[in-house]
Amino acid sequence: MMLKMEGVHAHYGHIHALRGIDVEVQVGEIVTLIGANGAGKSTLMMSLFGNPKASAGRIVFDGEDITRVHTHEIARRGIALVPEGRRIFPRMTVIENLQMGTAHADPANYAADTARVFAMFPILQERQAQRAGTLSGGEQQMLAIGRALMSRPKLLLLDEPSLGLAPIYIRKIFQIVRELNRDHGMTILLVEQNANQALRVADRGYVLQHGEITLAGTGAELLASPEVRAAYLEGGHA
Amino acid sequence: MAYALQQLINGLTLGAMYGLIAIGYTMVYGIIGMINFAHGDIFMVSAFIAVTAFTILAAADVTSIPLALTFVLIVSIFFTSAYGWAVERTAYRPLRGSTRLAPLISAIGMSIFLQNSVQLTQGARVKPIPPVLEGGIVLWEAPGFTVQIGWSQMLIIVTTVILMSAFTWMITQTPFGRQQRACEQDRTMAALLGVNVDRTISYTFMLGAALAAVAGVMVTVYYGVVDFFIGFLAGIKAFTAAVLGGIGSLPGAMLGGLLIGLIESFWAAYLWAEYKDVATFGILCLVLMLRPSGLLGRPEVEKV
Repeated sequence: MMLKMEGVHAHYGHIHALRGIDVEVQVGEIVTLIGANGAGKSTLMMSLFGNPKASAGRIVFDGEDITRVHTHEIARRGIALVPEGRRIFPRMTVIENLQMGTAHADPANYAADTARVFAMFPILQERQAQRAGTLSGGEQQMLAIGRALMSRPKLLLLDEPSLGLAPIYIRKIFQIVRELNRDHGMTILLVEQNANQALRVADRGYVLQHGEITLAGTGAELLASPEVRAAYLEGGHA
Repeated sequence: MAYALQQLINGLTLGAMYGLIAIGYTMVYGIIGMINFAHGDIFMVSAFIAVTAFTILAAADVTSIPLALTFVLIVSIFFTSAYGWAVERTAYRPLRGSTRLAPLISAIGMSIFLQNSVQLTQGARVKPIPPVLEGGIVLWEAPGFTVQIGWSQMLIIVTTVILMSAFTWMITQTPFGRQQRACEQDRTMAALLGVNVDRTISYTFMLGAALAAVAGVMVTVYYGVVDFFIGFLAGIKAFTAAVLGGIGSLPGAMLGGLLIGLIESFWAAYLWAEYKDVATFGILCLVLMLRPSGLLGRPEVEKV
């Protein structure tokens, strides 16, 4: 078991954002989390990092309880996040952004990891000395993914990686997700508005509504489920 | 001409000291978005630590000036950094995540606390030290006026240039510098990447204090006297320097310090020496009205 959330509640200020979440991610799986805007998808991702801290329940990562661990310590244990809105460091160069991904990585791996990211996203190599804030949205998303991969995480979290991107980048990103999982055995938790695409790549999925898991199943099951079709696939998101 | 050259030398000396202090303001602002109003008093404390260290050396009959200066610098940097750390830990960290105004008020309280505790323990009178570095090099014997650069002035300018180069290198090239900048740009993201944000903030305070400590030693050597109130004026001038250069910008703090030093020197030499502080504060008002982002700063963009 890579990740297990048991009855997790979390609050953002006065908002009760997560209401008893049970989610499991097995080693080597792609698990997707779909839901409308404001359902609590990003909060769920951030709560894994203790920001906000779970007010009740338990989060176990790789056999250890991380519910009360500091954010930076959780990152060091091997979870990396590609956050919503990318959050690259705009006034740093591309290469510096990648180096930020190595804050806790073994320096001996640096050359190999940089080469791997550059092979995956050649545009980043071309632009490595450029300030990251000057990249296009799609390039920034690639940088954010590359940065997350630099630390060789055990679990990769992707929060809306296709949001606001041109179709060519969306295809590229879903292709990368598949490759990472298939060729590198990366375990991935993927949050998406693009439910159709997400369920196609995922082994399993969860539907999140108002801070609660309302439906769970394999990707294919959820794709075929009438509730999911009505709410997320035929309602305009796909 | 000779007179102007002398003012240039004096202004550079003064500017170097303001620049060293201004870096502390600008770095702290950059990383946690608050003006550390106790920073000027940290500088004052460092000057008192320097005086104490010089007194100990005099009692121990140390006569080698380079040895004495090195010792005093190390002692002052060490203890002042500890002050910087403690101020952040006690007065600001507990307030992180509260309103923007709370740490500011806490900073003013800390400033008053430091002033008063030094006044209580060290007395309210000026404390002199025996002259450390006297004399200098005569650069130019003009008719009726001699241009001279003092040893202490040379020491200040050279030390400042070296320190600022080292500091710039550290911020732009080392992993710590990168983490520091990452925390400035997006603290949450930095933490998500494994950066210990609290520790980075502590180090930032300690570094700012260390630079202020160097300025404190320099002031002690240059003027030969300190009192518990020097932090207020020096602090506010260095703050003006940081704002003039663009708060949050390191090169801006250095440039601003230099400009404030020069303006003050020339104002005092050619206009009214009694009103030299007015010059600085006039500049502060002008900058805030005309160009709030400063010379090298970026316009403030509200983060969402």
